[in-house]
Amino acid sequence: MQKILLMIISTVLVNNFVVAKFLGICPFLGVSRKTETAVGMGLSVIFVVTLSTVLTWLVQVLILDRFNIQYMQTIVFILVIAGLVQFVEMVLQKTSPGLHQALGIYLPLITTNCVVLGVAVLAVQNGYSFMEALIYSLGASAGFALALVLFAGIRERLALAEIPKSLEGTAIALVTTGLLALAFMGFTGLVK
Amino acid sequence: MNTLIRDLVNGIWKENPIFRIVLGMCSTLAITTEAKNAIGMGTAVTFVLVCSNILISALRKVIPDKVRLACYIVIVATFVTIVDLVMAGFFFQLHKAMGIFIPLIVVNCIILGRAEAFANKNPVLNSMMDGIGMGIGYTLALLTVGSIRELLGNGSLFGLPLLGSRYIPFLLAILPPGAFIVLGLLLGLMNKVNQRLA
Repeated sequence: MQKILLMIISTVLVNNFVVAKFLGICPFLGVSRKTETAVGMGLSVIFVVTLSTVLTWLVQVLILDRFNIQYMQTIVFILVIAGLVQFVEMVLQKTSPGLHQALGIYLPLITTNCVVLGVAVLAVQNGYSFMEALIYSLGASAGFALALVLFAGIRERLALAEIPKSLEGTAIALVTTGLLALAFMGFTGLVK
Repeated sequence: MNTLIRDLVNGIWKENPIFRIVLGMCSTLAITTEAKNAIGMGTAVTFVLVCSNILISALRKVIPDKVRLACYIVIVATFVTIVDLVMAGFFFQLHKAMGIFIPLIVVNCIILGRAEAFANKNPVLNSMMDGIGMGIGYTLALLTVGSIRELLGNGSLFGLPLLGSRYIPFLLAILPPGAFIVLGLLLGLMNKVNQRLA
């Protein structure tokens, strides 16, 4: 139990995937203009990341390791992820059009999200067991969602502030993310 | 010939992937703790970009529209695997320094973005030039950020101590927050320069 809690704290706060590990910056900057869209994107990411890490972990153990073709990892993983996202989108469209509408364009966008492939590869590289990989992916994606929602809140305020013209847009967003990263650094030392 | 040169130069300043189109941020921020890592990453990405641009452009009339994203991904992933294995074999230090960001070149928005926006619609030679130009632009951007961060955070450049032993390193520059702030300020500077030039 304690190990699970430690892992969650580690992935969400201490080694936050956006501000400490630099994964998922593109969607982080692109989708964080409003809090509602941020929440939607965050939830989609949690869903896709967890599901794909589970799948890719199984593929690694049952296929890649079994037949000693680990060098195919990149190609196989990204194909699994792309296929999964496509499949999830189709299923959602049929079974829950409301949710599909809510998630909108974010679902296909998540395929090229560094977080998904990053978490999948890291979970395998760190040699996690199935349960550990599951918790890891849940924590990592929750951390992404947390940072995203926090940043969206800040950005909404930022839109009303007076900013020098050359810094408008992505430049000030990056500087602000830096400050957010600085704040998250305060969590270092929480987990040994 | 003119269009070829134009496509080449495009990616270096006018549509610099990092500073103008703002794609491929993840690797920019993560790799640039040292200037020499920047060159390694830039070369790897340029190689993958040029090769995949060429192949995708050559196959652009053959790939069915519905599955084109999956096809691009397979093509890019193949070249990334090649780069990964070559680096693991011949440049092991660099391979370790770049870590997970080598396989992440597959989902680097620059490569898929150029495939979709350019290689998909243009002949092979133009796509190759575009790939080279974007790659050079990317490498230059990475070099700039990496040099600044290494200089401020370590007092050195490419491993050579430049600022002397009296310099107390500004540690923040090589930590994650520093990455974001340096890149943000550089972007602001580029915007200012572009405003003046326009």
